[in-house]
Amino acid sequence: MPAKTAISIKNVEKSFGSLRALDGVSLDVEEGEFFALLGPNGAGKTTLISTLAGLSRADAGQLFVMGHDVVSDYQPARLALGIVPQEIVFDPFFSVRETLRFQAGYFGIARGASLDAWIDELLANLSLSDKADKNMRQLSGGMKRRVLVAQALVHRPPVIVLDEPTAGVDVELRQTLWAFIRRLNEQGHTILLTTHYLEEAQQLCSRIAMMKAGRIVAMDSTANLLNAFSERVLKVMLHESLPESLAQRRTKQSGAWHQFAIHDYADVEQLLAQLREAGVAIERLEVSEPDLEEVFLKVMGK
Amino acid sequence: MIGFRTLLYKEVLRFWKVAFQTIAAPVLTAILYLLIFAHVMSNSNAAFDGISYEQFLIPGLAMMSMLQNAFANTSSSLIQSKITGNILFILLPPLTHWNFYGAYVIAAIARALAVGCGVFVVGLLMAHIPVHNLGWIIVFAILGSGMLGALGIIAGLWADKFDQLAAFQNFVIMPLTFLSGVFYSIHSLPTFWQTASHFNPFFYMIDGFRYGFFGKSDVSVWISFSVTGLAFLCLSLATLALLKSGYRLRQ
Ligand SMILES: Nc1ncnc2c1ncn2[C@@H]1O[C@H](COP(=O)(O)OP(=O)(O)O)[C@@H](O)[C@H]1O
Ligand SMILES: [Mg+2]
Repeated sequence: MPAKTAISIKNVEKSFGSLRALDGVSLDVEEGEFFALLGPNGAGKTTLISTLAGLSRADAGQLFVMGHDVVSDYQPARLALGIVPQEIVFDPFFSVRETLRFQAGYFGIARGASLDAWIDELLANLSLSDKADKNMRQLSGGMKRRVLVAQALVHRPPVIVLDEPTAGVDVELRQTLWAFIRRLNEQGHTILLTTHYLEEAQQLCSRIAMMKAGRIVAMDSTANLLNAFSERVLKVMLHESLPESLAQRRTKQSGAWHQFAIHDYADVEQLLAQLREAGVAIERLEVSEPDLEEVFLKVMGK
Repeated sequence: MIGFRTLLYKEVLRFWKVAFQTIAAPVLTAILYLLIFAHVMSNSNAAFDGISYEQFLIPGLAMMSMLQNAFANTSSSLIQSKITGNILFILLPPLTHWNFYGAYVIAAIARALAVGCGVFVVGLLMAHIPVHNLGWIIVFAILGSGMLGALGIIAGLWADKFDQLAAFQNFVIMPLTFLSGVFYSIHSLPTFWQTASHFNPFFYMIDGFRYGFFGKSDVSVWISFSVTGLAFLCLSLATLALLKSGYRLRQ
């Protein structure tokens, strides 16, 4: 095991009856990475996270957290891992603070001033300070989800896995949450997340894996994926027809709009210069940046 | 150790926070049995010489309540966490199957002892209850409730729904407790049922427990101790094996 690998997943298979939920998944996440696992519903993301967390047992293959096998060496593996589950669950017996104290206790952290200070810090970062002594039942869905985030972090795990953490959380709090997770990443925590908000993944994550039907169908740095599957596009609206010299370069036409694939802004300069030379007047102009949604659709469509 | 202690504390808190339902209610049930049976059976033969029916009944009822509540504690705790999904909170941490077993069984024993003491204290108001050997009383109380606590873990793991658990309680636990000689000495039974009772481990728990009070029993206290101890050991090993395998917890 290379020491720098935070999560290592090797040929993991898992079936539910005849359904192959994980069909030979291999994946490495290096320490300090901000990694996204994307895929449509039912792709197997949650199942993969469950096997990593030891909530479910793989039929074949191995999983490691910080070099520790999650089955044979489960104690250090679990100590190193913080999981924010997809489903909202809570214990109606306890207040937010009690919930966090118990969770810390299960991970071997004694009660005391230092734990309480950390709990206060977590609650403050998740905008939950005023809810600390409320019973879990009195919290809204979004608040409960943020308590789950706090629970996952209470033992300060180096590796943090978030399964759709922003589902049902409103826009403002989503920003707060991501700012916090980004800070944790800057402090050296490894982050693996799944989300349906592709723009979030594009902004935050340095590397992305895409899953479909239990398999990884694409995995690369965010920049490489965008370059490989998506392009910058220049769209121009013209009154006259397009000069012959540019017709082959056109990728798409709809009405008066003509579309060109471009790699960088020098391409834009060049195209505009050619139009000017041909004496064609430009009515309107748009440049669109590559986006992950396009990559996602192309990869999933394959 | 902190992990184990935290889980134990949580399991104790879980029933203690609703002590009215988990301790007071079963004590009340036992008192009702006591009043009704003592009244109805007041003319029946005393089971042992020099011991009234009421005296005979009280330790049996206390033990029966302890067994039922030890079972209820672990099984309902597990099924509730499974159904609400918050079992997750104890599956994610690095707790071992020993931690799990220890915390759940000790909490079950704690609840059983609280209920048992409750029944006993009320019983003292109604009849004089001798204490022949406190050591045996404690040994059988702990072994019996520990065994039912372990059985409750097995049932709680196995069941997916409350009604499956209720079925387990009604078709396994209740018949075994009622056919164990709580309300009568098995010597008063026809031969067939006497023989059948000897295959019921609950009979030995109650007989041994009663010996601690009266110094008299249907079978030797050492036999009761051996059977109860062996049953406790077997169920504990089975429970530990199930917990270790992740049976119905980690699919
Ligand atoms: N406990 C289970 N029993 C049976 N099928 C399951 C179970 N958990 C997940 N599945 C199936 O496995 C597939 C992957 O599910 P999941 O991992 O939840 O997908 P995702 O998180 O990517 O949406 C789905 O087809 C789902 O129906
Ligand atoms: Mg999912």
